[in-house]
Amino acid sequence: MSSLPSSASTGKDSGLRVPSNGKTIYHRPLNRTKTSELSQASFAFLFSEMVAYAQKRVKGIQELEHRLNVQGHSIGIKLLDLLLYREPVRTQLRPQNVVALLHFIKQNVWQHLFGRQADRLEKSTDAEKPDEYMIIDNEPLVNQYISVPREMSQLNCAAFVAGVVEGVCDGADFPARVTAHTVGEGDMWPGKTVFLVKFRSEVVEREAFLAKS
Amino acid sequence: MTVFSLVIINKAGGLIYNKTFHEGGLNKISTNDYLVLAGTFHGVHAITARLNPIKPVAQPPAPGSNELPGRPEPSSGLEVMETENFRMQCFNTLTGTKFLLFTETTQTNVDVTIKRIYDLYADYVMKNPFYSLEMPIRCDIFDRKLLSYIREINNR
Repeated sequence: MSSLPSSASTGKDSGLRVPSNGKTIYHRPLNRTKTSELSQASFAFLFSEMVAYAQKRVKGIQELEHRLNVQGHSIGIKLLDLLLYREPVRTQLRPQNVVALLHFIKQNVWQHLFGRQADRLEKSTDAEKPDEYMIIDNEPLVNQYISVPREMSQLNCAAFVAGVVEGVCDGADFPARVTAHTVGEGDMWPGKTVFLVKFRSEVVEREAFLAKS
Repeated sequence: MTVFSLVIINKAGGLIYNKTFHEGGLNKISTNDYLVLAGTFHGVHAITARLNPIKPVAQPPAPGSNELPGRPEPSSGLEVMETENFRMQCFNTLTGTKFLLFTETTQTNVDVTIKRIYDLYADYVMKNPFYSLEMPIRCDIFDRKLLSYIREINNR
């Protein structure tokens, strides 16, 4: 952010602010921030305010989770483009089947956002639900400092990350519904979270059709 | 080497947290008495911060600079109280929250311990979106981290 000029001159009457030297955020190279890291403390405060903001005027926990989901969704769509752009040219391909997409999320997206990969990837064992997959994170970074009060025990603030995953899936043309669930595992991983990815039926149909041909 | 208990008092003198780590070191008192203790200590601390036998001297500005003379360092008030049975250390943050730690009289490095507890408070209480300022602290992760840290000290 240091390259942003401190005094931005405003355009005459339009609401758009353009810095005096004409360089906007769109002039910056996309790869410059590839390896840079952010302070986790400032992110924690920002995220805390995002949750508090989403909590205003909501009626229930589901609505709150939905709002967090929406906050993450647009990030996911943009992140897919950015991460593919940063891939080496030869592998610059959009994931073309469900498994490739989920691996891309587990590895690239997680690595970019949290500096490590997600812990596990599973397919639902229920034969009736071939459209459900699970991405498992033992210790979601967004929840590191958050203690959910007892009366809201249903809530998992990683709904925001679920929104990001949903955005990536939607952007790759695999429309899905993603939700975050807490499944604490004793004292070892009390905050273990499962991201349940439920693809739409047409995705499953297409997948079956492509597998045959 | 034992840490007996921790009390956190908000800037208005209200009790927002108390936890006993070691039974038998101190007499048990009721929650109501804890509230009274917190309020009383807050008052005593305010008085001790004013009690100062030496007139504070303002730091003279560096010669040649145009700075105004700085304010004298305010006195910090009660910091340590030692009795035959326990030692109480108080840490007052910049915003007026007080951490009281009751330990054995032979306990060393209490200021390090209390700073670390302040770290935990800053992380797991202040960064929690469900905590409202100045209210009693009910954060599971804070409890868990605090207990494991104190257990580590008490078992040393």
